[in-house]
Amino acid sequence: MNKVLDIPRVNAKNMTDKEFFYGHKACAGCGGSIAVRLALKVLGERTYTALPAGCMSAVGFIFPQMAFNSNAIITTFPGAASMASGIAMGAKALGQKDFKTVVFAGDGGTADIGFQALSGMIDRNDDVLYICYDNEAYMNTGIQKSGLTPYGTQTTTTPAGKNLPGTLTHKKNLFEIIAAHDIAYAATASIGYPQDYLNKVNKAKHTKGASFIHVYASCPTGWGTPTETSVEIAKDAVDCGLIFLAEYEDGEFKLNRNPKEFASIPDYLKKQARFKHLSDQDIEIITEHRDKKWSRMRKHWL
Amino acid sequence: MNRPKNKEYKFPTHIDDYPTGPQYKAGFLPETNAGWRKVRPVVDHEACVFCLRCYLVCPDGTIFKEDGKIKIDLDYCKGCGVCAHECPKDAISMVKE
Repeated sequence: MNKVLDIPRVNAKNMTDKEFFYGHKACAGCGGSIAVRLALKVLGERTYTALPAGCMSAVGFIFPQMAFNSNAIITTFPGAASMASGIAMGAKALGQKDFKTVVFAGDGGTADIGFQALSGMIDRNDDVLYICYDNEAYMNTGIQKSGLTPYGTQTTTTPAGKNLPGTLTHKKNLFEIIAAHDIAYAATASIGYPQDYLNKVNKAKHTKGASFIHVYASCPTGWGTPTETSVEIAKDAVDCGLIFLAEYEDGEFKLNRNPKEFASIPDYLKKQARFKHLSDQDIEIITEHRDKKWSRMRKHWL
Repeated sequence: MNRPKNKEYKFPTHIDDYPTGPQYKAGFLPETNAGWRKVRPVVDHEACVFCLRCYLVCPDGTIFKEDGKIKIDLDYCKGCGVCAHECPKDAISMVKE
């Protein structure tokens, strides 16, 4: 694997002016489209993109429009990773060089439906970058709960009421599960910290073998936030500790951001309509879960 | 401006006019998104320090650099207001259409 210092840095000043995800029909202020757009700009023109069913395939391929400006294909819902493996192998068999294969899947397409194909792809160590943009529910089909929906979220399949506070389960530890495969490179990121995200995509681009990035991307429609705050809210989630920025390479975890003090959790939650109903007791459960997770991460990852 | 432009869609009259795959060529954009917009971003070039924060966080990639200045492709801007909200110098304001 390349050393970090050998990789040319990418930032807003020197990245390509070309747009590879343009004119799409995503909702105004879509966080997932920021994640896809920035990643494709880092990866460059010679990129094969595979997208399972999800928001980004729904908004990019509305006939006759084609919002992707490089090679892109819609895959079956559970088979995005295996199709990308095939694309990478096929391009290699044709003798192509300096290309990258990338998957953009939502949280449902990664943690629930597409998981076995992803696990197999990492096991075979195919040269594919898998990016999961996590907006914490199946947003494309109308906001249903997924494996990455956090505790207390109101969705259409887990409505909040007198007896239940919405979703009863906590977020799946997806990053740790992926890292447990002994993957070449894995990271978590947030669109609230775009430079950090660019660096991680750039690092994954220069990694040979399977790599995985879990990027937290807001969804104004599903979360009930104003469109202009979609980047701010993704930053708030990191600042209050509900989302962490970490990396896994060479068998070691690394915590990129270890704040001394967290921002207030209720402030973050109360900005969103999906958490409006939460009682103080529920917020306490969320805080407790965060503290437990952080004490574990600080003990083992630092 | 280094990005796809609006192309006219001609209704296919012959089988050869249809794309060979399920889609037309990459970057084929027959319609604009400008009709979605209620407010539009206006850049104050004197206050702008060219930090490119708006360029990074624009969900639609409609902000581009030209001669050291920020320009906005209003054909595809949806008026979400992320650029104005994130601008550290408040150089972008959202004006009613």
